[in-house]
Amino acid sequence: MRHIISLLMENEAGALSRVAGLFSARGYNIESLTVAPTEDATMSRMTIVTRGSDDVIEQITKQLNKLVDIVKVQDLTDGSHIERELMLVKVRATGEMREEIKRMADIFRGHIIDVADKTYTIELTGTVAKVDAFLEALEPSVILETVRTGASGIGRGDRVLKI
Amino acid sequence: MSDTQLTGAEIVVRCLQAEGVEYVFGYPGGAVLNIYDEIYKQDSFTHVLVRHEQAALHAADAYARSTGRVGVALVTSGPGATNAVTGIATAYMDSIPMVVLTGQVPTAAIGMDAFQEVDTVGITRPCVKHNFLVKDIKDLACTIKKAFYIAASGRPGPVVVDIPKDVTQHSHEFDYPEQVSMRSYNPTSKGHAGQIKKAAQMLLEAKRPVIYTGGGVVLGNAAPQVTEMTRGLGYPITSTLMGLGGYPSPDPLFLGMLGMHGTYEANMAMQHCDVLLAVGARFDDRVIGNPKHFAKEYHRIIHIDVDPSSISKRVKVDVPIVGDVSHVLDEIIKHVHASGERPDQAALKAWWAQIELWRAQDCLKYDRGEGVIKPQYVIEKLYEVTEGKAYVTSDVGQHQMWAAQYYQFDQPRRWINSGGLGTMGFGLPAAMGVQFAHPDAMVACVTGEGSIQMNIQELSTCTEHKLPIKIVLLNNGYLGMVRQWQEFFYEERYAESYVGSLPDFVKLAEAYGHVGMIIEKPEDVEPALRDAFGKYKDRLVFLNFLTDPRENVYPMIPAGKGLSEMILV
Ligand SMILES: Cc1ncc(C[n+]2csc(CCOP(=O)(O)OP(=O)(O)O)c2C)c(N)n1
Repeated sequence: MRHIISLLMENEAGALSRVAGLFSARGYNIESLTVAPTEDATMSRMTIVTRGSDDVIEQITKQLNKLVDIVKVQDLTDGSHIERELMLVKVRATGEMREEIKRMADIFRGHIIDVADKTYTIELTGTVAKVDAFLEALEPSVILETVRTGASGIGRGDRVLKI
Repeated sequence: MSDTQLTGAEIVVRCLQAEGVEYVFGYPGGAVLNIYDEIYKQDSFTHVLVRHEQAALHAADAYARSTGRVGVALVTSGPGATNAVTGIATAYMDSIPMVVLTGQVPTAAIGMDAFQEVDTVGITRPCVKHNFLVKDIKDLACTIKKAFYIAASGRPGPVVVDIPKDVTQHSHEFDYPEQVSMRSYNPTSKGHAGQIKKAAQMLLEAKRPVIYTGGGVVLGNAAPQVTEMTRGLGYPITSTLMGLGGYPSPDPLFLGMLGMHGTYEANMAMQHCDVLLAVGARFDDRVIGNPKHFAKEYHRIIHIDVDPSSISKRVKVDVPIVGDVSHVLDEIIKHVHASGERPDQAALKAWWAQIELWRAQDCLKYDRGEGVIKPQYVIEKLYEVTEGKAYVTSDVGQHQMWAAQYYQFDQPRRWINSGGLGTMGFGLPAAMGVQFAHPDAMVACVTGEGSIQMNIQELSTCTEHKLPIKIVLLNNGYLGMVRQWQEFFYEERYAESYVGSLPDFVKLAEAYGHVGMIIEKPEDVEPALRDAFGKYKDRLVFLNFLTDPRENVYPMIPAGKGLSEMILV
């Protein structure tokens, strides 16, 4: 099962490598990992997307909690939540394709943020599935470059991860 | 707070004094020279100069194991730190509280491939409870305080503090915090009341109970509670290699050690119980073998551990309780008393009758042979001669298993061995750490001719400090445990398990200024031991027992098999 694990950790040098090291040492897989400071500059918030059986996910959350720099861990998948990923994609846009790609970007609520003679760069936000769907909708040969942030997640409603 | 300025090196020394440190085991080098200069000027703790950094770590580790206090080691940057890694990993695997101070190149040189620079924090990260690089002198005292706090609290473990040389030179006021609190680190100590109640009830309802204890009982100082509860209920109890001494071994309720080389009765009882109480143990592969074959008959498990990640890791449990084992056991005992109930005596009697049948197999009996010294016999005699009162350290191999099987530990913290990492070379430096901690105690290091040669240079440290350790070498001429696996599982192809060209250990001991003895006949075993602990009580004695080269450790469960697939003699 796919799980989205959110955590708050001390903004210390090396904290990220402790998390990455834990996953590689214990053979857990990481689909994506994003991290940045929070409104409190002493703490960072990380979102890890991983897959595993319930037993493995239980171990992952326990092992993460055990790391001394980690303040709080939450498996967002335990409740209702929202996830978003940002993608920038550069596509070849010439001739008739220029209109076609613009239309496609509109349908997916993407924005063209850079326009050049032969290319567009499109910004798209959404769930991982939506971002995947957009890429699938494009003709593969027009895609020049993609860059994705990996998912960030947050609980819905009153569900808050804070100390 | 005072406004006198101290150098970083002075601050390090003052922190160690504030922690009440008695011994620092270490080895100097460029990056730590400022610290050594301050050590030279003080006399509140003793620095023990080892002959290899690995030994400093094992000595500090065994000091901690035998006292329950935090062990302290100090090494230089680069090779000093890398030599320490095996010792750090050894302590980590057995959850031993240690603070390891490592020198580092000056902050400005970090990342420049400077002389004797290694990324100590990076190298040690997977084998420490936590580590720190102190980049600013203002954080130094507080970091050392945190290191001691983290090392000793919760599930203990080694903490590395990496200190660049310039930080030891700079000055700052010294303010050692009385306490630290960390929002990201709050180990649980009290168990959940509801779970404790459930556990007490489940224990009382058991018809075929077993209590299974591990190193956590020793580390958590819970031997009195374990003993009180086991005797109160009259339940059978077994222990892992690491838990030995947590319950008195000679007691009839004790089934002996369980696991790969555990007794038949202990492993069979584990496999057939209906309620299993696991205390400070972690169901590891050397203990329950393959979890798929573990306990085929239906049973329920209560698991008490201070580390939540140890619970339901290899085996799913029914009643998990996270907390200090001593505290949780106190509460369970209270509940059992308060309930006024008693276990089902008829069922318990039947269960004991079954266990006695298993015990009647007498799985630790061995062929005493003729004219050849059996290693088991040496340990039995060691037990008799020391009246069970010695601290016994060991290395890794067959001798370790025989020491565990035949020395009847009846107190915690007396059996000092590397269970988790299985580090050959641990025994002698460990014996040093124990002897420093307990200068008047009998300390024996049970070892093999392979293992002892991995840290034999420490005989020199022993000379310097006149440590009266007794080295009990069970010399079978082979890397015995390797030979045994090759005999059983590789059709007797003994690849590189014969250790030839052994030194004359008697002369070697004498060269270092110690007493050496070679013992070749069974009838000489006891007199030699009596001399070692009598006539030569104040000397280091190196007893080279030439033992049966073909002897194997029994019973044995092959790796990956279930607990009932034991090879008995
Ligand atoms: C540092 C290290 N290297 C290798 C091993 C693998 N190993 C485990 S037991 C053993 C043999 C030990 O031989 P010896 O010390 O003579 O003891 P014996 O088994 O003969 O009692 C070896 C090589 C180990 N445990 N530690």
